Amino acid sequence: MPTTVQASPYGTSVRDFRDQPRVPAFRLDPLLLLATLALIACSLYTIATATTGDIDGSPYYFLTRQSAYFGVGLVLMLIVSRVDYSRFREWKAGIYVAMIASILLVMLAGVSARGSTRSIELGFFSFQASEIGKLLLILALSGFLVDRVRRLGDRDTTSRAVLMAVFPAMLVIAQPDLGSGLVYLAVVTACLFVAGTKWTHFAALAALAGVAIALVLVAAPAAGVEVLKPYQMDRLTAFLDPTENPREQGYQVNQSLTAIGSGGKTGRGDLATQTKLDFLPEHHTDFVFSVVGEEFGFVGTAIVLSLFALLIWRALRILTMAKNLYGTLLAGGITAMLMFQLFVNVGMTIGIMPITGITLPLVSYGGSSVIVTLLALGLLQSIHAQARDAAFAKGRDLAL
Amino acid sequence: MYLDGENRRSLTPQLAFRVALIGGVALLAFGVIFFRLWYLQVLSGDKYEAKANDNRVREIKVQAPRGEVVDRDGRVLVDNRTGLAVKVTPGKLPDDPGGRREVYKRLAGVLGSSATRIDRSVSDQLKALPYSAATVKQDVKPNVVAYLLERQNDFPGVTVERVFLRQYPQKKIGAHLFGTVGEITKEQLKDRRYRGVGLGDRVGQSGIEYQYDRFLRGKNGASRVQVDALGSLKGELAVRRPVQGRQLRLSVDLGVQKVGQQALGGAKGAFAVMNVRNGEMVALGSTPSFDPNLFSKIIRPRDFKRLSSEELGKPLFNRATQGGYPTGSTYKLITSVAGLEGGLITPDTVQYDGGSITVGGVRFQNAGGVVNGPVALRKALTVSSDVYYYLVGREANGSGDGLLLQRWARRLGIGRRTGIDLPSESPGFVPSPKWRNELFKKKLTDRPWSVGDNINLSVGAVALEANPLQMAVAYSTVANGGRVLRPRLGQRIEDSGGRALQQLETPSPRRVKIKPEHRQAIMEGLRGAASAPGGTSTPVFKGFPVPVAGKTGTAEKGAGRADQSWYVALAPYPNPKYVVAVTFEAGGFGAETAAPAARRIMGELFGVKGDAKKQVQGGTAPD
Repeated sequence: MPTTVQASPYGTSVRDFRDQPRVPAFRLDPLLLLATLALIACSLYTIATATTGDIDGSPYYFLTRQSAYFGVGLVLMLIVSRVDYSRFREWKAGIYVAMIASILLVMLAGVSARGSTRSIELGFFSFQASEIGKLLLILALSGFLVDRVRRLGDRDTTSRAVLMAVFPAMLVIAQPDLGSGLVYLAVVTACLFVAGTKWTHFAALAALAGVAIALVLVAAPAAGVEVLKPYQMDRLTAFLDPTENPREQGYQVNQSLTAIGSGGKTGRGDLATQTKLDFLPEHHTDFVFSVVGEEFGFVGTAIVLSLFALLIWRALRILTMAKNLYGTLLAGGITAMLMFQLFVNVGMTIGIMPITGITLPLVSYGGSSVIVTLLALGLLQSIHAQARDAAFAKGRDLAL
Repeated sequence: MYLDGENRRSLTPQLAFRVALIGGVALLAFGVIFFRLWYLQVLSGDKYEAKANDNRVREIKVQAPRGEVVDRDGRVLVDNRTGLAVKVTPGKLPDDPGGRREVYKRLAGVLGSSATRIDRSVSDQLKALPYSAATVKQDVKPNVVAYLLERQNDFPGVTVERVFLRQYPQKKIGAHLFGTVGEITKEQLKDRRYRGVGLGDRVGQSGIEYQYDRFLRGKNGASRVQVDALGSLKGELAVRRPVQGRQLRLSVDLGVQKVGQQALGGAKGAFAVMNVRNGEMVALGSTPSFDPNLFSKIIRPRDFKRLSSEELGKPLFNRATQGGYPTGSTYKLITSVAGLEGGLITPDTVQYDGGSITVGGVRFQNAGGVVNGPVALRKALTVSSDVYYYLVGREANGSGDGLLLQRWARRLGIGRRTGIDLPSESPGFVPSPKWRNELFKKKLTDRPWSVGDNINLSVGAVALEANPLQMAVAYSTVANGGRVLRPRLGQRIEDSGGRALQQLETPSPRRVKIKPEHRQAIMEGLRGAASAPGGTSTPVFKGFPVPVAGKTGTAEKGAGRADQSWYVALAPYPNPKYVVAVTFEAGGFGAETAAPAARRIMGELFGVKGDAKKQVQGGTAPD
């Protein structure tokens, strides 16, 4: 590792200058960075091949935009990685209020895309409050739990934390953005889990969730109350039997399965007709994994999944390394966010999960999703950097 | 710094366990996903690739033009023309019903239809053939096409395509022969006869078009194209060119056919011209006629109603093969053969014709009450003595089983289908004791069969039903010495250059025994009728250069209806080549109308220059 002498925040006065181990200058997790950059490369390559024919006259429309998002996102990631994440803890109330406010703002003033209002037009790109809300929720929730670390066994703590997530989740589901709402719930579960909430609380929460699902999917429609829009219900249940109505809800699942399956071992390359002839819906966003499957086959999907496995391994490792509980909880929330999105998105494309409109982190096209994911990875890198600095201050270097 | 380094948490066993659990969940999920991908991509890759190809490849039918029909000299009777059809491609129409309705409304304004009608027709067609373009209107005018193409933005999903339409350049000439085409019906689709024909294809539905459809219809081509999810074309993959149907050469002579129909005028009637040696049809027509071009597109119900209406003489009805009329004295040929071959008379048997006979209290008299005195067969035919034949009819009823006349009628082809290569031919009817007695049993008639019925039959009266084609067959049987020919229209199948590919088989004729001297006597009698002094049609054929033998016929149909007028001619005498049979539903005496029409046809048939223009004086001889 190339090292140059650099001022340490811990000062040099404590020890003799010559005895002092050299301050690590590169404090990022290199494997996490590698996984990040490799996934970005996969995303750009896939989007380049998949979208050339989407907009007449500008074959690089999506590619140039996605590149710009990655550029902005990577800069933000590096900046965040150099900031000590711990100071976000102090701002938890402000962060939470900002999150709720942005979501409400979008609902009131947002742009409607395909019947759902999720974003605010911000000049060059449209800002999706529900995406950035994922990260803000993690920051606020972790702060809340750190404050209550001595009262984790209280039912009050658990229920307040859950409510902190359920409220924005309900708001974004009403937008309607079911996917992001589910991510919020996954995040709160993970944070509580990592913080050490009792198993009995989880059992109670599971029972509650079961009742809620039964209410939403079965009881409410029977009583004539529409909690989820009919199309959301159809999408949620279509994966159970995609052939039942191939022209309607099952269409997307069938086309996705056909795309992935037809890729075979090494992919169809230029003959990827499911993608290029538009049979695969949303092929640069929600179904980008199906494009990988069709164009590059099992080899391609295996590479992408391996990179994600690497990413999750590093995230979990950073979770265990964090210098304080806040870092641990942040890492837990971020890992849960990435895992949930990965498995639900990929599961949807291969027909084992319902269609919820969740993007594949880093790979799917979309400014908000890309930038929020890179910010989250920046936070992970910050946790890693801080952990290394702390260990360094204690005189022990952490193995990479 | 919020928490200093000393407060750093070390990894508690509880956290380690929980992180391990999260890792375990991730591992499990990765495992499930990998197995699923292995199953989808490695194990079922081929299946899904086939599915992906099903998605993108579509076959578009390319209509094959039907074969042409030409007459014996190669003159075009039926061919094709290209028309422009307005179609609607469902994938490109506006998605919302309101927008679609708007397009239909605009389209209806241009095409002179109604939005509701277009909507219904399009959705019907799409139900049958999803994804393919639905035809809104066949054969629109070029200015309509130009209008639509200039305003493509107003007509999303509306396209114009070239289609082949059947064309009948002779219009009303030969319409009943050539027949019509129409879209294949659901029942026909199930028929083995139409294997390879698809929904929406047009096939022959009547006449020659139906009979020789197998040869005339081509093989549709197909173009395999790549389409995207919206069904719009993204390039052609392969083309199978359509193959035009075979050309069919008929034995028909267009000139004779034309003159025949002109000779009938617009009157209800029919004619048949046949080669008596081999059964080749030279012409076969029925009037009033219709324009089969009306059927090339989808026929309008109004037109169809008009063509079937009784007041306008049912133009669609082919009187030459489906009509059933009493034949009057032309039937005497059959009675003559029966009497001679049945031994009731000899050519020289003389009977006294006193103008009438009375049988069972009923008086049967000659037409016009003429007294012919002593007559033998030849003169009986020449002057058309009814009494002579009444006597034969009376005797036939009383000898043997009494069915001599009926038996010979059947042998000569009356009361049965001739077997011509046209669909829906009717057999006609010969009255018999069995028929009348059964009717009587059911109380549908006032009396059982009596000798009077047979006397009526002997001169082709009342209950008898025959058409000109059957009469032509009966006369040619006598003329050719006993071969009951099966009339043929189709001669051979050719390629589009007119080279023969297949000679259409003429089935060998049925034979009946007619003694040469009997034939001779009948022929002389018929010749006399058209040439001897006192012959019923002598005045009509005065000055005609070709020797003709022929018989007039006039049948009362009762109930105040005008008489059925007939003429059947054989020429040239004594070894005739052609038979011409003409009938008018309301023509008065045979010599008045049918015989002059027959002369005009003969004139064309034998190339008699200027004869058609001559004002032929109708005869006035009753028969």
